[in-house]
Amino acid sequence: MTFAATLPRPPRRVLPGFGLSLGFTLAYLGLIVLIPLSAAFLKTAGMSWDEFVTAVASPRVLASYRLSFLASLAAGMVNMFFGLIVSWVLVRYTFPGRRIVDALVDLPFALPTAVAGIALTAIYSKNGWVGRWLEPHGIKVAFTELGVFVALTFIGLPFVVRTLQPVLLELEPEIEEAAASLGANRWDAITRVILPELFPALLTGFALAFARALGEYGSVVFISGNMPMRTEITPLLIITKLEQYDYRGATAIAVVMLVASFSMLLLINLLQKWSRRHHRI
Amino acid sequence: MSIHASNIRKTFGAFTALDGVDLNVPRGKLVALLGPSGSGKTTLLRIIAGLEHADPGSGQIQFHGEDVTNVPAGERKVGFVFQHYALFRHMTVLENIAFGLRVRRRRDRPPADEITDRVHRLLKLVQLEGLDARYPSQLSGGQRQRVALARALAVEPKVLLLDEPFGALDAKVRKELRRWLRRFHDEIQLTTLFVTHDQEEALEIADEVVIMNQAKVEQVGTPQEVYDKPASPFVYQFLGNVNVLRGQVPEQVGVHQSRSATLIANGVVYVRPHDIELSPDVPGAAGAVAVIRYVHVAGPQARLSVELVQTRENVEAEISRTELTALGLGVGDLVRLRLRQSHSFDDDYAI
Repeated sequence: MTFAATLPRPPRRVLPGFGLSLGFTLAYLGLIVLIPLSAAFLKTAGMSWDEFVTAVASPRVLASYRLSFLASLAAGMVNMFFGLIVSWVLVRYTFPGRRIVDALVDLPFALPTAVAGIALTAIYSKNGWVGRWLEPHGIKVAFTELGVFVALTFIGLPFVVRTLQPVLLELEPEIEEAAASLGANRWDAITRVILPELFPALLTGFALAFARALGEYGSVVFISGNMPMRTEITPLLIITKLEQYDYRGATAIAVVMLVASFSMLLLINLLQKWSRRHHRI
Repeated sequence: MSIHASNIRKTFGAFTALDGVDLNVPRGKLVALLGPSGSGKTTLLRIIAGLEHADPGSGQIQFHGEDVTNVPAGERKVGFVFQHYALFRHMTVLENIAFGLRVRRRRDRPPADEITDRVHRLLKLVQLEGLDARYPSQLSGGQRQRVALARALAVEPKVLLLDEPFGALDAKVRKELRRWLRRFHDEIQLTTLFVTHDQEEALEIADEVVIMNQAKVEQVGTPQEVYDKPASPFVYQFLGNVNVLRGQVPEQVGVHQSRSATLIANGVVYVRPHDIELSPDVPGAAGAVAVIRYVHVAGPQARLSVELVQTRENVEAEISRTELTALGLGVGDLVRLRLRQSHSFDDDYAI
């Protein structure tokens, strides 16, 4: 008996190419994602601890973390709520112009973000179409934290809608009918039956919108006014540092952002896994 | 509680799903709504459940004489079981069954431990003890269907409505489960109406069968009545295999229950394969001459395909395998064919 005969043979697959495609996937991810990111870590590793702390924990940088994370979280939440309504309407009802509304959802994807930023600034500034009506009530949007939040909400909308749509399409209307015939009122049917079914997809949409908002730069810099300690977002600080040839400082902040957002995404993923526990077989 | 529906009309755009349908389900009976797809049977069931509404100006739905036409689904005290179960995927079996009780208003809601007790009693009733912590994705199709049934029963409905309850199951489980449903019904004696397109299923377990076709009720009766005395060619064809002899039916084929003598010669005659009698073609034998074309012997019965020599019409016959052996017949042999029983309809139309 030869040694080779005692080794378990890998199961033959009907569709060949697992090795090739896995190899390609790893190489591709490495080239496109991991190498550039590890460059950021390597660059930062050249700093001393004190240099690092000064770069990433100065009051101005801390204020930008606060704005970036809070505004992104808020934008993600708001998108989760309104994105649910938009996708519900698009999936469940037919009305004239539905396809146009459906196409509109993708606009924030397609528009160059700078254009979006300039447009939002124009609309929400003191003399803008919307700003004109808000200003007398003491609500300032352009050049405030609120403006940052508005811009981040704008760019995040498609993520929630597009993640929810296929899930809603798949959701059988029968489960609502079952709930109704068991005596549940509309509120119970929504909160106990529909929302729990949608929860994993909602979380995914939220995570995508949130992650996109964290990295957003183009639209925000126009509407925020970029006032130090008040309306500077973290990506802006990174650019500022780069413009001052402080490459290490820029990568240090980038590393902090990276670690923070990676842990948040991981957390969301775990939450999602928990919410999908009924899918285990 | 009895169900009474009168003159129910329902249209979807230009399509008429129900065209003035009447239906009676006596208290405590198990009634089948049988028909091909598109005949309106599911629509009728959904209207009775309150999941859909009949056209304005059409008739009434009554439960035990009480008009419920405008009562919302949740207040009709109806247990509805969906074809694809419609279980809540994110809830365990226990939570699914308890749902109808837990959504009740506080003053009508039984205490938590009583709900759990009731769920366990129901699980025992549908023979799923010990599965209360599972999720629907961990159950087989037959188990899911029984969970759906238990969930519907948990709210103590006055009538039970089942939409193609075994439609999504494989053949063997379907047979087991339908017999189980019959025994189950005898045990709980709940007025039950179930929709099916499977005539075997309806004839096997129902007390009464309502046969629907093209938005209308064709016939109502016990399984034996509708099988033996079909009211229309449709019912005759729908309830089992049938030979339709359109050509000149040879008069010598045998006994005939037609209503007028001319039909024997000119009309369309319906005969079930098991009502055909074959005998060897010996001189002087009675019956029409036919040639055996095919013999299929898989299963308990032998199925023969024979061709009438005179009219060149094909006839399917079923005889027992012992009889086939005794006759000693094979492909190409000449036989004499007689009809033990057959039907004709006066106002016949082509199908």
